[in-house]
Amino acid sequence: MSRHPKFSFTLYVAGDAPNSVRAIANLGAFCRDYLADRYSIEIIDVFLEPERALKEGIFMTPTLVALTPPPVRRIVGTLSQLKTVLQALGLLDTTVA
Amino acid sequence: MKSNQSAQETGKMPTGIAGFDEITRGGLPRARTTLLVGGPGSGKTIMALQFLAHGAGKCNEPGIFVAFEETSQRIEANAESFGWGLTELLRKKQLFFLDAQPKSDLVQSGDFDIGGMLAALEAQTRKMQTKRIVFDALDVVLALLPDPAAKRREIYRLHEWLLEHGLTGIITAKTDGDLASVAVQQPFGFMQFMVDCAVILDHRVSLGIAHRNLRVQKYRGSGFDENESPFLIGNGGLEVDVVRSRAPADPKARKVSLERLSSGIKRLDTMLGGGFYRGSSILITGYSGTAKTTLSGSFAEAACRRGERTLFVSFDSDCDEVMRNLASVNIKLDQHVKSGCLKMISTRSIVGTAESYLVRIKTLAAEHGARCLVIDPVSTWYKSGNDLTAQSVADRLIDWSKREGLNLVCTSLLDEMSKREDNSMPQQISALVDTWIHLSYLIQSGERNRGLSIVKSRGTAHSNQVRELIMSDAGVTLTDTYTAGGEVLMGTQRWEKERAEKAASELSEVAAKLKQVKLDAEEAELEMRMKALQTELAAKQAEKVLLAHASKSHEGELSRGRAQMKEMRGDDATISGSGSGSGSGAKAKPL
Repeated sequence: MSRHPKFSFTLYVAGDAPNSVRAIANLGAFCRDYLADRYSIEIIDVFLEPERALKEGIFMTPTLVALTPPPVRRIVGTLSQLKTVLQALGLLDTTVA
Repeated sequence: MKSNQSAQETGKMPTGIAGFDEITRGGLPRARTTLLVGGPGSGKTIMALQFLAHGAGKCNEPGIFVAFEETSQRIEANAESFGWGLTELLRKKQLFFLDAQPKSDLVQSGDFDIGGMLAALEAQTRKMQTKRIVFDALDVVLALLPDPAAKRREIYRLHEWLLEHGLTGIITAKTDGDLASVAVQQPFGFMQFMVDCAVILDHRVSLGIAHRNLRVQKYRGSGFDENESPFLIGNGGLEVDVVRSRAPADPKARKVSLERLSSGIKRLDTMLGGGFYRGSSILITGYSGTAKTTLSGSFAEAACRRGERTLFVSFDSDCDEVMRNLASVNIKLDQHVKSGCLKMISTRSIVGTAESYLVRIKTLAAEHGARCLVIDPVSTWYKSGNDLTAQSVADRLIDWSKREGLNLVCTSLLDEMSKREDNSMPQQISALVDTWIHLSYLIQSGERNRGLSIVKSRGTAHSNQVRELIMSDAGVTLTDTYTAGGEVLMGTQRWEKERAEKAASELSEVAAKLKQVKLDAEEAELEMRMKALQTELAAKQAEKVLLAHASKSHEGELSRGRAQMKEMRGDDATISGSGSGSGSGAKAKPL
């Protein structure tokens, strides 16, 4: 964790659907555990902002979009598989070290 | 929404797919979901898109296409050739493509649902007043879901959403080709129970020929045609062939006609007792080179001369070749092609299934507004790979042409080499046609001549005679054949016979003329003789009169002479006085 990049996330959820609720909880826990204060989260409910989902091409919920640091990454699902999430965000090596 | 929905339930949504709306008796169930399954390349996407394009373009029912597999650009480009005007519909916001392909770099962690998509679609639906929606290749997104329960859950979610919004939906899904496995393949097996209508598209190859079939597997609350129906992907999209017509398309056209049509050959019309009936189907069989094409060409020309639009489908040769060849026997088709009355189509042998030919012919005939149709030869359909279906296709061809009130002429090539086709094929078709004309060769004394006979002609008196078919620069004619000793004479033998008869009749004519002249001469001679005799008679009569007159005057002279003499002698009446009267005395002496 030498470079300390800042992570900004957008999480698209479908109201209070079970998967979405789970994803919100998982993301919160993950950020606390791995990113300390280096993150910001925006949660968008596609039922409330469908135009935005359409524009962004979000068809599966929940979808996590990691906007920074580049490149933009998308992770679909409840984020329950921690290792996959870390790998996708490029955090796996650093944590192991 | 609920009450609205039930009001709509009675209705069906036309798909605009030729034949399919007939099979389903109106189209897909309105405000319900239809499952469309089939192997790769079976035409699912095209069918679904056609349904949308028809709704948006013709029924004022905007549609959304959710593309899980191909990008919308590719689908749009692929469908360009069908002429559905997708670009225009997209511009007018009558049609909307949603690219929902899972990104290749997509990372998945845990369970998810399609709620996001449905929310997006809901917004779009509201905006466009969408009536129709297609989810193309739903299996792609379902494959990402971790377990069957999740898949089932999402299918339910989608189905519920569709019902709730009163949308008429098509969900397409791939099968692994084998149709038998469709029912057991999860989750589609379960989907088939859920939806109100299920359609299976099948694409299989038999002996190198691709066959496409469509079958409606279920249709809740409606009757439908349960059989497999062949279809093809033509210039305007899917074209499904309806196996049997239920009702005539146009009751007027169905009316049995007493009108006779000329075959283009006067003598043949005579043989048929006036020509073919309108709306009848005619089969011309014969070995190659027996002038089948010529005969059908002459029919086409006659039809065009009557101003009836005609479609000529040649499976043998190019249109230009056909026209050139027919022009050599004074059948001139080019002018009718130019005027647009005649449409010539050439399809070289074996490039598709019999069904695909039939559907194409139907479409072409409809486009051209044809009243007469020539198919030359129909036997192409019976080539390998089509044996099984060709008969039903021929059956449907004739059924269809009758329903449409079309005059159909098909030729059928008989194979001299193979007895099999000889026996099976023409007999099967010929059972269906109204008129069967058979052309044959007769080989006799080193000559091969064409003979024409009418095998059958329903409802018309027809000649039982074999006629010789003669083609020349002037056109096609039929002549009588001679029978001699139970043998039909044609060609040179007929000609010789004709010439002999002609010579004989000439001879007797000359003889009669001669006799006439002779009699005339005799008559003239007699008349002349009669005149001569009459003249002679007149002369004799004149002489007679003269003679009588002469003798009378002589007597008078004598008596006058005597009186004179008496005077001259006077009183003395002597001989001496006779010297002066010697002249008269000498004259009178012999008397």
